Amino acid sequence: MISLTPRKEIPLTLTLMTPLVAIALTLVVGAAIFGILGYDPLAALYQFFIAPVSRPDQVADLFVKACPLIIIASGLVFAYRANVWNIGAEGQLILGAMAAGFVALTWPNLPGPVMMPAMIIAGMLGGLAWGMIPALLKTRFNTNEILVSLMLTYVAVLFIDWTVRGPWRDPMSFGFPLTPMYADAALISRVELPGIGRLGQLHWGVAGALIFALAAWFMLSRSILGFQVKVMGDAPRAGRFAGFSPAMVTIMVMGISGGAAGLAGMVEVSANIGQLQPDISFGYGFTAIIVAFLARLNPLAVIIAGLVVALAELGGDSAQIALAMPKVVTGVFKGILLFMLLAGETFNRYHVTFSLPHRARMQGDSDA
Amino acid sequence: MIATPRPSRNQSRSVLLNASGICKHFGDFTANDDVSFSIGEGEIHALLGENGAGKSTFVKMVYGLLQPDSGQIEWRGQPTVIRSPQHARELGIGMVFQHFSLFQALTVAENIALALPPGESLADLADRVRRMSAEYGIGVDPDARVHNLSVGQQQRVEIVRCLLQDPSLLIMDEPTSVLTPQETGQLFDVLRRFSEAGVAILFISHKLEEIRALTERATVLRRGRNVGTVDTAGQSSKQLAEMMVGDSVGDIAGQARPDGQTTALLEVASLVRPAGTAFATPLRQISFAARAGEVLGIAGIAGNGQDELMEALIGEWRGRDADVIRIDGVDITREGPSRRRQLGLGFVPEERNGHAAVPNMTLADNALLTSHSLGRVVTRGLVDADATRAMAAEVAGAFDVRLPQENPMASALSGGNLQKFVVGREISKRPRVFIVSQPTWGVDVGAALSIRTAILDLAASGSAVVMISQDLEEIFTISHRVAVLYDGALSEAMVTADVTPERLGLLMGGSAAAAGLAAEAQA
Repeated sequence: MISLTPRKEIPLTLTLMTPLVAIALTLVVGAAIFGILGYDPLAALYQFFIAPVSRPDQVADLFVKACPLIIIASGLVFAYRANVWNIGAEGQLILGAMAAGFVALTWPNLPGPVMMPAMIIAGMLGGLAWGMIPALLKTRFNTNEILVSLMLTYVAVLFIDWTVRGPWRDPMSFGFPLTPMYADAALISRVELPGIGRLGQLHWGVAGALIFALAAWFMLSRSILGFQVKVMGDAPRAGRFAGFSPAMVTIMVMGISGGAAGLAGMVEVSANIGQLQPDISFGYGFTAIIVAFLARLNPLAVIIAGLVVALAELGGDSAQIALAMPKVVTGVFKGILLFMLLAGETFNRYHVTFSLPHRARMQGDSDA
Repeated sequence: MIATPRPSRNQSRSVLLNASGICKHFGDFTANDDVSFSIGEGEIHALLGENGAGKSTFVKMVYGLLQPDSGQIEWRGQPTVIRSPQHARELGIGMVFQHFSLFQALTVAENIALALPPGESLADLADRVRRMSAEYGIGVDPDARVHNLSVGQQQRVEIVRCLLQDPSLLIMDEPTSVLTPQETGQLFDVLRRFSEAGVAILFISHKLEEIRALTERATVLRRGRNVGTVDTAGQSSKQLAEMMVGDSVGDIAGQARPDGQTTALLEVASLVRPAGTAFATPLRQISFAARAGEVLGIAGIAGNGQDELMEALIGEWRGRDADVIRIDGVDITREGPSRRRQLGLGFVPEERNGHAAVPNMTLADNALLTSHSLGRVVTRGLVDADATRAMAAEVAGAFDVRLPQENPMASALSGGNLQKFVVGREISKRPRVFIVSQPTWGVDVGAALSIRTAILDLAASGSAVVMISQDLEEIFTISHRVAVLYDGALSEAMVTADVTPERLGLLMGGSAAAAGLAAEAQA
């Protein structure tokens, strides 16, 4: 018999150690899998974790990769803290990108100071609207937000696919499913570092992502809104006693997390792609779930967690190029990471005790 | 004042169980420190102490659930190690726990059969139960299904289950906490008959009047130490309380009625609430008024609609009709808890953990829980952390909440301390109407006294207090008027001084007609 008993007190060192131990175990298990698949484990780990950050411009690209993850995860933290399980950030990201794209494509001649804020607002509203569907269905009809938000992701994927092949396709695209390129005012510019110039793909969206995470941390720890979210997640009955409405909190956190995902979609397209196409996200909406949990649902830690996970992503690319490793292995690696984190979380909260099973006294009974 | 143990009147009886120098530690915590205890055959002996004084730890060692770290237990003069409850039962020690372990869907006889060694037919067992029941006047029907029995009857099933194993020592852990006064009286009659038949009874309680009514001797524990064994007949309740607390206990004087008819601050008119789930009690046409300067007690046994009523008063559940609940004439029926607090209501629900307070949050955050709508600690959506901290510290200081560290998690406080905090949190806002459920549930005597005093002070300052309580002693000590909640319906409010515990008990048991007769008979 294996039984889990809750720990009375969780030491801070244990809490801090847990993600590190989980990452270490991921490395060990990952190395074993690479070995079994016939790759040199050390070379593979080198490609995963060292090669992608061996030059300054590569470090900059790491931040670029982490940018959407940090924005989305900062929003998801609110939902998960309130025990609302928004799994559909990927779909909300797509809708945000489309809403911002609608602004950029419909009014291409807007001046920069109007265009950028308008696209940011449109992006957030697009994601928020997509997040409102599971939120309202949950508060009105008590549907399961996990299922609805996840399924809406596939709706969003098909929706953008149809849009860029149909009504929004650039007539000059030679039949490719692409919208026209955004105007310059609708693009997020690269960062010019004094004395160095451009560094990799580093764009201003990265600064925005860091500010966004800080703002999320401030809201969660200092505002009455953050307090409502934490109380509702921790002790919903005490939340109702305090006068907070569970429905309002659900709508609020779905709005925040959906809006954040929409913003990430807008940033991703405006900074890196410049037009809408069927694939604008590489599963950022799903990967950000790992980031939020790796950060133990703390928006400041989301920055670090986002960088760690982005490193694993870039490392996957690097391993594919250098070692001809199949793409799915990267997915397996990310899966191991999430598995280890969740397991670590469980062992952090519970003691595990092993005991011999009670021998059933069945023999005597069957004789009778 | 500590009374020295006097020689018992029962020296002629031989000593059944003698424990000496018992110590038990849990980590750093000393639950029992050099506890000595002795009980004679057929004696009714109380083990008295506050919550956490070590009573349960001690009896668990006597019943073989725990092993002492040091010390010796003698059973009938022989040093004995009681290895397990099974072993204890073989020796002749039975125990009735505070929480019953009965299968609701089975009959009484089936439940009892499960606890006995196999081999006896159900019919024979039912016969034995019937005989024993008649012999001691227990009134247990072996064929009844447990879910149809009242709490008092279920307790008697547990007692019969112990008695069938022919014990010479019966341990009863807080047996009266769930009973009406009538049921308590019946239980005491049954226990006295056992005693006459030679069964010793170890009776755990913190209710002093009961101990004086039932037992011959009492052993008092305080913080794990034995502070003395006394003849209960020679002690007043106050003396016993002082032994328990180790401090002189203040007195709450009998409550004078507020002069004349003061204004009604809270009015409830025909509050109806359908049952939300199969386990909830619907509220049926509840009407009452709480007046300035009074404590209105709402008595009743758990599960008769207390939780549902409390939720409706807090505003966690809201009806659709207008003018059902009014404060100072303002209709608040459809207002939520925040708006009700702004209008001068304060609430303390029964459950501390997860309802009145969030265990995993600091006291400052828990102070914020009920003050965020009052406009002092939240400005432009931001929480003033210094203000909430100061508020929590102020409540802790004013209500003697002992803190293990500065601004601790609510879960780090003992039950009594957290209760003082949640009551103090509301009273310090001087609410016009204060609604509190079970204000001293699971709280030690000292804390209970300070909570009750604070409630009375609040009422004396002109507020109205509604106190839902299952503790009749509490109702009689501090309420000016009392109404009884039974099956979701509330009786007329009566002046507490004019009501007997018997009448209240009948109303709590649902016999409104009988209660009426009792009142006439008194007149």
